[in-house]
Amino acid sequence: MSTVNCPECDAEISLKADVAECEIIVCPDCGVELEVTSLEPLTVEVAPMEAEDWGE
Amino acid sequence: MSKRRIGVLYSRLRVEEKWIFAALERRGIDYDRLDDRDVYFDLDQPEPWLKYDAFLMRSISYARGLYALHILNAWGIPTVNTAAVAETCGDKLITSSALRKAGVPQPHNVIAFTPEAALDAIERMGYPVVLKPVVGSWGRLLAKINDRDAAEAVLEHKNTLGSYQHSIFYIQEFIKKPGRDIRVIAVGDKIITAMYRFSQHWITNTARGGEGQACPITPELEEICVRAVQAVGGGVLAVDIIEHPERGYLVNEINHTMEFHTAQPVNNVDIGDVIVDYLLSVIKNEGR
Repeated sequence: MSTVNCPECDAEISLKADVAECEIIVCPDCGVELEVTSLEPLTVEVAPMEAEDWGE
Repeated sequence: MSKRRIGVLYSRLRVEEKWIFAALERRGIDYDRLDDRDVYFDLDQPEPWLKYDAFLMRSISYARGLYALHILNAWGIPTVNTAAVAETCGDKLITSSALRKAGVPQPHNVIAFTPEAALDAIERMGYPVVLKPVVGSWGRLLAKINDRDAAEAVLEHKNTLGSYQHSIFYIQEFIKKPGRDIRVIAVGDKIITAMYRFSQHWITNTARGGEGQACPITPELEEICVRAVQAVGGGVLAVDIIEHPERGYLVNEINHTMEFHTAQPVNNVDIGDVIVDYLLSVIKNEGR
């Protein structure tokens, strides 16, 4: 299991071994949506905000 | 026979995409994951894309997905769903028109292009009514209009603050749901699963907190859903059904890039697997 720090609140987040690039995770501390933008090095950024035409 | 190659255009790697990728991998199918933020299409140079036997569209953005489908289809690349189906399902007005043409039961809908005409229509329909954006999902920007004051305010706000599309006023009768609606997943002409979405709120999308529970697929439910998906061109679709107390099942909307993270565990059906089966059948039907 790997860890990263939330870019918003700096909380330490544990990521599952099979986490994938472009996956969305939620910071358990501040609740912000984060996107895994790189696996090597493991990097998360605040996920793009929902746009008006997003959906099913 | 050369090995198949599939392209999957996506925005986010959700659990649905993971399930689909797993289904492709179980079958040993070569596929590429393409982020819709990174790709570009040179209309004069389709060659990089022609290696794909088919594309599965999983873009969360209606606009990105729709335009990509138009380009791919123009190049002769089969897609799930097709651009025509996406265009019909992604716009509630076009969906409603297609359903009306096919005689599929749906709520009463009225369309106007100015706040004045919309207000006139609303007053004739009687309160409450629901205002919906023609393009939108996840229960966003829906307005239940209970009286004339609310109608005037919301119409003005949409007309002033929204994009031009918000001045296409899609007005729907308000139907008191029995605390739930039904989400049905159809692949081709087959109904795969059905799920009740329970909510105390009149908006029952799971994106807005609605909870799922398996729904039996009755012959009546199956019939209206099959007619609905045929009316919009067919494919991998999620049909949202309202249960009217007197008129029975009504088709509320049809979704062309469906999520199924609730439906799959509720019904214990591998929907990702079914989608890949359909994708492969499209390739076969296209003679590729």
